[in-house]
Amino acid sequence: MHIRPEHLERHTLSVAVANEPGILARIAGLFAGRGYNIESLTVAETAEDANESRITVVTSGPAPVIEQIIAQLDRLPPVRRVVDLTAQGPHVERELALVKVRGLGDQRIEALRLAEVYRARVVDATTSSFVFEVTGGTEKIAKFLELMAQVGLVEVARTGVAAITRGHDTN
Amino acid sequence: MSSERSGADILIETLTDLGVEVVFGYPGGAVLPIYDALFRQAEQPNAIRHILVRQEGGAAHAAEGYARSTGKCGVVLVTSGPGATNAVTGIADALMDSIPMLVITGQVPTSLIGSDAFQECDTIGITRHCTKHNYLVKNPADLEATVREAFRIATEGRPGPVLIDLPKDVQVASALSRPASPARAYAPQVEPDMSLIETAVEMLAAAERPVLYTGGGIINSGPAASAALRELAALTGAPVTSTLMGLGALPASSPLWLGMLGMHGTYEANHAMNRADLILALGARFDDRVTGRLDAFAPSARKVHVDIDRSSINKIVRADVGIVGDVGLAIEAMVRLWKERGYDQPDLAPWHAQVEGWRAKRCLDFPLSPTEIMPQLAVQRLYQATAHLDPIITTEVGQHQMWAAQHFGFENPNKWLTSGGLGTMGYGLPAAIGAQIGNPDALVIDIAGEASIQMNIQELATASQYELPVKIFILNNEYMGMVRQWQDLTYQGRHSHSYSDSLPDFVKLAEAYGWTGLRIEKPDELDDGIAAMLAAKGPVIVDCRVAKLANCFPMIPSGAAHTEMILQANEVSGEMDDEARALV
Repeated sequence: MHIRPEHLERHTLSVAVANEPGILARIAGLFAGRGYNIESLTVAETAEDANESRITVVTSGPAPVIEQIIAQLDRLPPVRRVVDLTAQGPHVERELALVKVRGLGDQRIEALRLAEVYRARVVDATTSSFVFEVTGGTEKIAKFLELMAQVGLVEVARTGVAAITRGHDTN
Repeated sequence: MSSERSGADILIETLTDLGVEVVFGYPGGAVLPIYDALFRQAEQPNAIRHILVRQEGGAAHAAEGYARSTGKCGVVLVTSGPGATNAVTGIADALMDSIPMLVITGQVPTSLIGSDAFQECDTIGITRHCTKHNYLVKNPADLEATVREAFRIATEGRPGPVLIDLPKDVQVASALSRPASPARAYAPQVEPDMSLIETAVEMLAAAERPVLYTGGGIINSGPAASAALRELAALTGAPVTSTLMGLGALPASSPLWLGMLGMHGTYEANHAMNRADLILALGARFDDRVTGRLDAFAPSARKVHVDIDRSSINKIVRADVGIVGDVGLAIEAMVRLWKERGYDQPDLAPWHAQVEGWRAKRCLDFPLSPTEIMPQLAVQRLYQATAHLDPIITTEVGQHQMWAAQHFGFENPNKWLTSGGLGTMGYGLPAAIGAQIGNPDALVIDIAGEASIQMNIQELATASQYELPVKIFILNNEYMGMVRQWQDLTYQGRHSHSYSDSLPDFVKLAEAYGWTGLRIEKPDELDDGIAAMLAAKGPVIVDCRVAKLANCFPMIPSGAAHTEMILQANEVSGEMDDEARALV
């Protein structure tokens, strides 16, 4: 007997939740308990309403599973709204990475040059290292890390994706 | 409440105000203030009655039985640590079967939370995913609002268990009670979308081979939903089948009744589902026990799915029309619209004839034995002896549960209490106790197996203490029968640890607890034994010795389609491939 693979879709969900204790564990646990994927998850209080937080989840699964994830999130009492940004259309996705690179001489110059191409800022420097701050879509960050790996990358911290719809309407 | 009150008093007063009449519980260190508040209110009018169980798991199942048989919310009160963890199985059971339940757990004082204190456990963490919602209350001023919100969440929308964890210092501290903030109001969708109801009614009017597939949601919606279902069936002439949880929504005596569907459902119900051109799923969730092999499930039917829980729709089976809302309101709306449109009852004669053809298979027939009591016969005779008394039947889990579902006819909702989703052995006795508390004049019978009954046998004492005349009818075949049946079907009859060795003498056990104990051993003793059980005043255990190796048929083997039913034991191959073995 073999386990059959399925076609996966990647979706970014924006989940507005009541800001109560344990809400993150509740959301993360729902994904774990029902076997859904989390590619990234970010959470923070939002300014619009002091009692509300926004959780941005990037998940992947077959289309019916994505539909089920949204319905399962939506029925949790503290969840106020679930928006499938991927299905809804134009939206902006960004994440931030802090990238530590060690090196001397030409390697160091090359790292700085590449960072400029990617509009990464230097936020810390020593004579043998840099910390770059880079923001962008997931693909851009991935590409930047791939290049940095060749010029002395030693450590990375990433925020995961934050996302919002384009245009003047809100969710 | 204008003056400052202790958290414990606020809790009891709020529960009283919400109309709670009964609490099932067990005291302990972390709930002593609440037990003292219960003690102090005992002489007041509308006092809450406390039922002392013998283990916290019993409290949770008793609350389930109370809730399922009365339509009210079951309330559980247990202490921290082991009190909470013992209740977890019943909480998970209530979540799976959508039973309204409020669980109050004591917790160590807030200053000790997280310190591995005596009888501390992370109750909120442990129950987060087996409750509909849970709360840790850290301020007595928030308690009343939390209890009211918890009660609403437990009882509204798709019902389920809600837990409030209450540290001991919060029970002791005083506060003025604060009303709830309206921003947090829980508001599930109950009114169905009328345009979708129209579509469903038009599909129903045009269908040539419709089936109404009903579930526990109809029971949860209340007796009006069952009444509406009966009217819809009569108007449309559509045959009706039901899940395990929905039995009693349509009377078993109705000519439109197909019997239960699914793994141990009837031949006619499963074949009707397979050949239907329209399936109207009403408060049912397409459980794997119902669908059999998914890619062969109801291949030629369009599906309308009505459920109050949006996540049930399209979860397992794609619906052509998904209607979110209360199933009772949805059926009433369909009935109203059907009449407004002046539809006649469609001519379903060819469809009914086809159904009669399947019915003629007489799939529930079983071979009789002159020397042994066949378990199916025992259930049939019990049904015939008690039907006029409209009894409440609870069950444990296993073969006896399926035989009860197949051979006991239910005419009304709220009379059939069984652990469907979680399949919890040990459910039946405490559930019967809860049902008897909620229905003091009803005949309550736990149809049990000799293995299951031992899982919460300590609750015999609870029935003794409160003089509850519950009856336990044990179909004793000296096996964990359903396990043995699967070993027969799947593992060439290797009976690995499924024999019920070292059984107690159930008659003496009954007497030890102050119950009446009876034994039935031969077919010709069956009717007299049942009559003796019914004639006894108090609680009775009947140890009914049945054929040891009888298996429960008909059966859809795991991984098979509705049309691949096994009707009799001689059709069993005794082997399965790995794909089938991997299914539960």
